[in-house]
Amino acid sequence: MKLNRLSVLVLLGAIIALLPLRSVAQQEHVPASSIPQASLIQPADLSAALQSSAPKPLILHVGSVLMFATAHIPGSEYVGPGGKQIGVDALKRRVASLPKDTAIVLYCGCCPWGRCPNIAPAYNLLHDAGFTNLKVLYLADNFGTDWVDKGYPVTKGN
Amino acid sequence: MRLLLQLASVAALVCSTSLAPAENATPPKAATLRVAPDFTRKGLDGKSVHLGSYRGKVVLLNFWATWCGPCITEIPKFASWQTKYGAQGFQVVGISMDDDAAPVLKALPKLRITYPVVMGDVHLSALYGGVLGLPVTYLIGTDGKVVARYQGEANLVEMEQKIVGLLPQKKAP
Repeated sequence: MKLNRLSVLVLLGAIIALLPLRSVAQQEHVPASSIPQASLIQPADLSAALQSSAPKPLILHVGSVLMFATAHIPGSEYVGPGGKQIGVDALKRRVASLPKDTAIVLYCGCCPWGRCPNIAPAYNLLHDAGFTNLKVLYLADNFGTDWVDKGYPVTKGN
Repeated sequence: MRLLLQLASVAALVCSTSLAPAENATPPKAATLRVAPDFTRKGLDGKSVHLGSYRGKVVLLNFWATWCGPCITEIPKFASWQTKYGAQGFQVVGISMDDDAAPVLKALPKLRITYPVVMGDVHLSALYGGVLGLPVTYLIGTDGKVVARYQGEANLVEMEQKIVGLLPQKKAP
């Protein structure tokens, strides 16, 4: 019994010690893995679509402004970090007047896919708002590795 | 949001005045960096941080952000290494890629960071080949040469072994 009590205390201590770290990173992490596979678009496919004569989707960057300024997909618009209220509000404003069947592609690429704090909240926001033609660019590692280093089109600045 | 973008550009331009000439050259490929590009920035504690002044020490240069989960996982370890190996010629320098300093200042005590942290910008990012995914960590040898580059969450056991092997002053037996 004593051992059990000690174990519980140790466990509680560990949880309390780790709480500050969790609050630094994210209040509530919504994993990108929650985005349905059918809603993902691969970098090669989006790159090909951008170079075709077909109508282009609206491409929205929902990550860091610094990374957007460093490199982004030509024609894409910076909205704001989907994991923060400022980004959520900006995304709501950006799509407010759009028809629900507008072709939209969201991307971030700040971190490895499973650890991205921005992409799933942004996807959920638009999905729940009723957008039906919504895709998310699948960047397994990050934008640098999975887009820039692959030679897909990039531009810099704001 | 446009205001944020404009502020980032202005900050980048202001900071660029203190940079080494290498910054004006074509941005290098991150993976091919041989010598760690030098820079000087004002640290979040108000003191100047000049990478070149750490020549003779092993430097762990860590690009991170408060919103980056893997970064937050790694940082307590980096802070503990600073304490453990600092006297043996080891120095951690953090570069925050957050869009503004407020969340970083708030995070420093929570993460128990005691080493210098500066705010990143597009110029500093370009200097290191474009930081387009976090975390990114460089291990820089005592001669200023890049020994290793870690993209994404690193194997910290392996990294620590590498650091220990590079330390200029070995621990007294």
